[in-house]
Amino acid sequence: MLTMFLRSRELLLLVAIAALLVVVTWRFPGFITLANLANVYNDTSILIILALGQMVVILTRCIDLSMAANLALCGMVAAMLNFYVPGLPVLLLVLIAVVLGTALGAINGLLVWKLDIPPIVVTLGTMTIFRGTIFLLSGGAWINAHQMSDLFKSLPRGIVAGMPVLSWLSLAVIIAMLVVMRRTPTGRAFYAVGGNPHAAVYTGLDVGYTRFKAYCLSGGFAGLAGYLWVSRYAVAYVDIAAGFELDVVAACVIGGISIAGGVGTVPGAVLGALFLGIIKNALPVVNISPFAQMAISGTVIIIAVAVNARAERRKGRVILKRAEHVA
Amino acid sequence: MISVEQTARYVPDRLKSPAARWVKSWESLLIVVALAIFITNSFASPYFLDPWNLSDASFNFTEKALIAFAMALVIISGEIDLSVAAIIALTSTAMGYAAQAGFDTPMLVAIGLATGLGCGAINGLLVTGLGLPSIVVTIGTMSLFRGTSFIILGDQAFTSYPASFAYFGQGYVWWVFSFELALFVVAAIVYGLLLHKTNFGRAVYAIGNNATAALFSGIRVGRIKFILFLLTGLMAGMASICLTSRLGSTRPSIALGWELEVVTMVVLGGVNILGGSGSIPGVVLAALIMGMVTFGFGLLNVPGIVMSIFIGLLLILVIALPIVYGRLSRRWARSAA
Repeated sequence: MLTMFLRSRELLLLVAIAALLVVVTWRFPGFITLANLANVYNDTSILIILALGQMVVILTRCIDLSMAANLALCGMVAAMLNFYVPGLPVLLLVLIAVVLGTALGAINGLLVWKLDIPPIVVTLGTMTIFRGTIFLLSGGAWINAHQMSDLFKSLPRGIVAGMPVLSWLSLAVIIAMLVVMRRTPTGRAFYAVGGNPHAAVYTGLDVGYTRFKAYCLSGGFAGLAGYLWVSRYAVAYVDIAAGFELDVVAACVIGGISIAGGVGTVPGAVLGALFLGIIKNALPVVNISPFAQMAISGTVIIIAVAVNARAERRKGRVILKRAEHVA
Repeated sequence: MISVEQTARYVPDRLKSPAARWVKSWESLLIVVALAIFITNSFASPYFLDPWNLSDASFNFTEKALIAFAMALVIISGEIDLSVAAIIALTSTAMGYAAQAGFDTPMLVAIGLATGLGCGAINGLLVTGLGLPSIVVTIGTMSLFRGTSFIILGDQAFTSYPASFAYFGQGYVWWVFSFELALFVVAAIVYGLLLHKTNFGRAVYAIGNNATAALFSGIRVGRIKFILFLLTGLMAGMASICLTSRLGSTRPSIALGWELEVVTMVVLGGVNILGGSGSIPGVVLAALIMGMVTFGFGLLNVPGIVMSIFIGLLLILVIALPIVYGRLSRRWARSAA
């Protein structure tokens, strides 16, 4: 158990994060204070929620590139409802965002499940469709801070027991996902389907349906993140979170989730997201242009994939040759 | 992708005649669609049939199609390159930087092509040298290339290009035939011959159908894939020269989202996204269709983002329809038997 932990991706990431913090602190000592670290966590909360949704999809050998567009669409719908129908309670808006996100995820899932279309094609397509739909709904107009109700904007910022609601929410999602992935049949199914789809079929798992569930989950998280994003930044327009799907995939890849499916853990995804979040928050502090962030996350993705590939190669002795080529 | 249900295979008494096969092929369907769109457009707008308008419309697809030819080969071989739009951005930035430093047009072109090749080489090395999955690698290099462009330019733009550089995007070879259109035709012929008439092309199909079998039949799988990524980088560099010359300026957000349109074009052209089959004539037709649709929508004042909904739908429908059709025809065959 201990040696397993010592060799694990999570420990490697913890060490990397610690090293990162040391470097940043050396340039700017104020970074490592508890208050600031709590801020960094809060700032990374949305990425963590999204990364956990993406993780489940990647575990089943799929990918969801439409997450950021889904987020933007749900955020826009929540903001527009808040503006045009002022009476609606905010919690209902959050619920609508989550349900809508799940429905959009279900569209992806159905296309993958029922029509066997490759996931990357489906989600590339729905990504543009969702973005275009935001334009159709909003006519390209922005919903600005003064058009949102006060409670709509302040809900994620509200402090409960010393931490913002946003942080509590992401913490709740992490714990829920820990339980789901480790303690429920559905969680095991995600791993089984990605690890070996053929074997999963013979154990009685419906591969397509499991993938459908994974997409619903990632869609629901994207919907939740949509409300959080719009209320936190107090603005909704067509291009919010454009390109953020790459950050989410990056967080997963850094967190040791294998793009080939079946390998990855909740703590890994969380640490991967935190790694990116710390870089993002540290760059301005150490006087590196924020424009450098994109190139840095690109480099980190490539390094992480290379490390993942090395880890997968050390698989142990082959005792049974693979009999069948998995299509 | 995965089905364990037993499907009976019906062996036909005789092969379909070549004519019947041609009539039922994806390419002939595309020809019909292209003609239908052409006719609809010419009725929808009186300005459509003007030769100069059509020539302008060709700019909608020529640059993307240049990349699509190379991308078709990459996808047929079972890989994908999502970094092409980012390569355009980086190449354009490199050329803008060189132009600002006072280099003249031939040098700019050389720098553009070299940057494209360099980016392709990086992708190729990561995919074949380290054996990494191309989809993640190119998502990574996509941020890396465009990110580098952002580091160099930030919120600035390069706008000072020599006057002679404008020829590639704005010049005409003869009458209404632009340089880009000519380049498109030449590239189509070169890639058509490369894929359909050479050993290299056959090897690409072999790799896409079964890379392990291809390796055991003596095909240098790694080297060929590397060359394909190089070619894609080169074509992205070429497209970047045309685009930069046409716009006359470089911003880091140049060609944002083009990877999607290029992949859509390739898939619409009948290339199997899982690799192994597809043809260059199909991609040419798909380029024409997408160009005409965009142009027709433009004449009808449909905003660009609404067109992108259409492209997204097209991408999904184009892949879903053959699958649904295949399933239905199998069901019919079963109920007939």
